[in-house]
Amino acid sequence: MGVSWRCCDATACRAAGGAALRQRLEAEVGADRVKPVGCLRLCGMGPLAAADHADGSTELVGGVAGERRLDLAHPFFLLQRSVVLERCGLVNPNSIEDAIAQGAYAALDRCRQLAPQAVIEQVERSGLRGRGGAGYPTGRKWQLVAAQASPTRAVVCNADEGDPGAFMDRAVLEGDPHRLLEGMAIAAHAVGAAEAFIYVRAEYALAIERLRTAIAAAEARGVLAGLPIQLRIGAGAYVCGEETALLHSIEGGRGTPRPRPPYPAVSGLWGLPTLINNVETFAAVPAILREGGDWYAAMGTATSKGTKVFALSGAIPHTGLIEVEMGTSLRTIVEAMGQSPPGQVKAVQTGGPSGGCVPAALLDTPVDYESLQSLGSIMGSGGMVVIDGAMAMPELARYFMRFCVDESCGKCLPCRAGTVQLAQLLDRFVERRATAADLVQLEQLCGMVKATSLCGLGQSAPNPVLSTLRFFRAEYEAAIAGPIAAPIAAPIAP
Amino acid sequence: MTGAQLPAQLPVRLSINGLVVEAAAEATLLQAIRSAGLQVPTLCHLDGLTPVGACRLCLVVIEGHPKLEPACVTAVADGMVVHTHTPELDTYRRMAVELFFAEGNHVCAVCVANGACELQAVAVEVGMDHSRFPYQYPRRQVDASHPLFSLDHHRCILCTRCVRVCDEIEAAHVWDVGYRGSSCSIIAGLDQPWGEVAACTNCGKCVDVCPTGALFRKEDGSGEKQPHPERAQQLVEARTEHHWHNQ
Repeated sequence: MGVSWRCCDATACRAAGGAALRQRLEAEVGADRVKPVGCLRLCGMGPLAAADHADGSTELVGGVAGERRLDLAHPFFLLQRSVVLERCGLVNPNSIEDAIAQGAYAALDRCRQLAPQAVIEQVERSGLRGRGGAGYPTGRKWQLVAAQASPTRAVVCNADEGDPGAFMDRAVLEGDPHRLLEGMAIAAHAVGAAEAFIYVRAEYALAIERLRTAIAAAEARGVLAGLPIQLRIGAGAYVCGEETALLHSIEGGRGTPRPRPPYPAVSGLWGLPTLINNVETFAAVPAILREGGDWYAAMGTATSKGTKVFALSGAIPHTGLIEVEMGTSLRTIVEAMGQSPPGQVKAVQTGGPSGGCVPAALLDTPVDYESLQSLGSIMGSGGMVVIDGAMAMPELARYFMRFCVDESCGKCLPCRAGTVQLAQLLDRFVERRATAADLVQLEQLCGMVKATSLCGLGQSAPNPVLSTLRFFRAEYEAAIAGPIAAPIAAPIAP
Repeated sequence: MTGAQLPAQLPVRLSINGLVVEAAAEATLLQAIRSAGLQVPTLCHLDGLTPVGACRLCLVVIEGHPKLEPACVTAVADGMVVHTHTPELDTYRRMAVELFFAEGNHVCAVCVANGACELQAVAVEVGMDHSRFPYQYPRRQVDASHPLFSLDHHRCILCTRCVRVCDEIEAAHVWDVGYRGSSCSIIAGLDQPWGEVAACTNCGKCVDVCPTGALFRKEDGSGEKQPHPERAQQLVEARTEHHWHNQ
């Protein structure tokens, strides 16, 4: 027995030349000893392939010619705790046989023997909170949907991952789609739903292809026990990641949010009580049901249990996908795993256009819902962008504000017109022609848009501005002073 | 016959600006505020149409709620303590009206709705005499393709009353919203000239309920528009309660 290869066949490695690497390996050891798999984590070094040797050892190589040997004993890999991603990179995403051989659908089979209430109890015990960003307790949401007086209910997966710098859900969809289907089927059993939908963004072409293959295979084998899971493809609107806009879009309407209450748990898809969770939330469920809620709750912090997947990118040597225990410090992620030299990081941006920047001086902050929120940022869905000294903060804030201008649905005034004015105000700071009055107006308008917008998009659109104003106010004030020779970006605090 | 009817739900009591107000259990907060003789500005809301909570002018403070709530879509509850005017709300409302004026091209002096415009009235109510935000002067279109009416997009505030009255009351659904963000606009049919949309019944309800001079009768000149926003509610009452206002 010789070596067999697992070759990453996900979007990032495909873009980096994964097909050429795979052909090379197939010519070397034969096509039957090269298996396509999902994300192998260190995307920045791709294309990646892992060699499994007969003696049980594994090595990882990167580059089209497999020219870079990568150290699997590096903290980037050692500090990971794979739960959601436990089969990602090991299983062939196009093979239901391979998935079942590695344990897929076993938890679902066991759940079917349990009363729905017993399933919900395990999810409640796990302490799992919504991984889409808001962090609502998942078990409580399931309980709420199950408790509605209705002959039937619906389960919806939000796979409209759209934050700049976020690719966690894409990795799950491309690398282990059966895990999502299993999690959704468990949820449907628990809440009493007879139909299920996955709302996935059109930009995720490979994920859509793999989901179609997976759904067809799962239905053909009958593992979903008759639960129809339908795919709905988005049309390029970020706001459709907001749950009420997403539901409107599935119903065939314009993707605009509506005021809540009623919450979808009470009145969602076509008025049915509807459970909406994101990809990562559903993908955590099979492991929770297999190992028990207490096992999951043993990981993480007091209020943020379990593990979280992050998409690590930006000005950092190691970029890619990591799954770590909640409560891991930003410093561990950025300096140990990301291998950023101390002193080079200016800030870490989390939560995308809804989040904020944690400055280098606060890198020891543990990653959990409450800690990030107390710093004016948010956990978000898991995008983590490392910022270095080359980036001026007003410019970063303007990037996210322009994103919100482009993505506002236009239904409510503060988001539609307020973000336009905010982006123009930020122009003045980026171009160093701001006045003291502009700074006052910027802060006032941020407060107004945050407090009065209809949905989460508008309510959180000012966050990147408010967060950088909080920690990097000097850069805004410097833009008032008029043009000077010195760079606008403040030096990094030691 | 009345004895056969189910007893209505007991009314609830809530506090609005310190006044104890009694309201029907199924009432919205806006209904309770107005029935108590109090005022809160609105633009997208219109009695008789489904509320959408889009203009954000009717936001109020409800004690114990972490966020401001739109009175038009919030249900009353027993014991609720509501404030309709706080320094924070007054500031936000004024800023909202400024944003409305800055995002469109609202020139009262030459507008058909001058003197009968709800946007103008709200500006007076919140004390907005100019916008501190730069006027955007957007390039928009005027659709004069309909034989009786015109739509001047420069004056549209995207309240969607026309969309709703046409869909919910006239059941023609000529209007909808196209595009997104600051590019949003009211569209006729499949984004066609209004006059080419065969579904239009020429009923004029959209013109009646438009809060500004965006929709108007072609014969009206500056300051001559006579809107009839009350007609939406009258039609609903005529249909549901068989109570006709012309009898």
